[in-house]
Amino acid sequence: MTRLTGVLLVCVGLALGAVPAVAGDGVPLPMPARGTGDQCVEPTETMRRNHMEYLLHQRDDTVHGGIRGTKYALKDCVECHATPDPRPEVTAHTLYGFCRECHDYAAVSIDCFGCHTPESTASEGGAE
Amino acid sequence: MTRYNDRPDDPDRRRLLGGALAVAATAIAPGILLVAPRAAGARMPTEPVTDAVRWGLLIDTTKCEAGCDHCVAACQTEHGWTDEPLSRPDQDAQWIRKVEVRDPRTGYAFSLPMMCQHCEYPPCADVCPTGASFKRADGIVLVDKHICIGCRYCMVACPYKARSFVHEDIEGQKAYSPRGKGTVESCTLCVHRVDAGRVPACVEACAARAGDAMLFGDLNDPESAIAKRISQIATTRIRADLGLHQGVLYHGF
Repeated sequence: MTRLTGVLLVCVGLALGAVPAVAGDGVPLPMPARGTGDQCVEPTETMRRNHMEYLLHQRDDTVHGGIRGTKYALKDCVECHATPDPRPEVTAHTLYGFCRECHDYAAVSIDCFGCHTPESTASEGGAE
Repeated sequence: MTRYNDRPDDPDRRRLLGGALAVAATAIAPGILLVAPRAAGARMPTEPVTDAVRWGLLIDTTKCEAGCDHCVAACQTEHGWTDEPLSRPDQDAQWIRKVEVRDPRTGYAFSLPMMCQHCEYPPCADVCPTGASFKRADGIVLVDKHICIGCRYCMVACPYKARSFVHEDIEGQKAYSPRGKGTVESCTLCVHRVDAGRVPACVEACAARAGDAMLFGDLNDPESAIAKRISQIATTRIRADLGLHQGVLYHGF
């Protein structure tokens, strides 16, 4: 429950366009890097609040229904939002840094990348 | 006790009922089709799969050479599985493996690839406590790793030993084939390729580099190459006595 409250507080803060905190004002608010391209698949505020719902819904459609190519694919998140990996031993561009920015702040641990690759690379041999 | 073949949705029984219904329909309304004909052409990628298609695989063991493992290598390359460095050999992933078989009475020996048989009545899905093991409408049996809790009951239930469990953290997965620690995995019939209108990696490799022993296609379409072939030659389903009606058929033994 605490975690949920934390997430909600962050989301509300971000949605209201809260200004970045200054020194001495507690933990600085997260400032995730801007992705490539002009616009995300939804407005930024909507994505900040609802990205997990979109991913959850579409994963079931894809795994069970075989529906592919629709707009909330984790692969597409990686393609636009990959940044240089924060871990020194990894040289690839990955989604770790982008996701961690907010999730560390909100103490939300995600396990997407236990199975999905966070690396931005052209897929070899496969489609979607 | 109910035998597997006595299930109410057994295909042989359904065929009988279908015939009876067709006769009744003709009598009631001649000229009107109650059952829509199968849609021509492939489905759009944004439409869900349907049971109009039943994907299947025919493996001709007379063309499958002992010691040849191009299908296994192609699967490993496609999906990125290999021997895990920290696990015991018996824990390693085996999406597909080659099995050498020999009849000790006659000495007749042959070789075959063994993988998920994509059962019509998958025992793995029957026993799965979370619904992670499931059969897609088009007959492909998969693990939804999002809801797999790693209990491995499906591995126990599978008569073909087709599934394996990931014991350690993995990196460098393929974007189209996620796999990770704590979940069970098996042959997906290259579902990402099939959805894109291509054939599985093992079939492609066998045709290009080995004996062209694997034929992939829609068992429901009487015009497909696989349906025509299985109507002409004797085929076997391994442990057919279990009544699982697998999508993978073998020829040559």
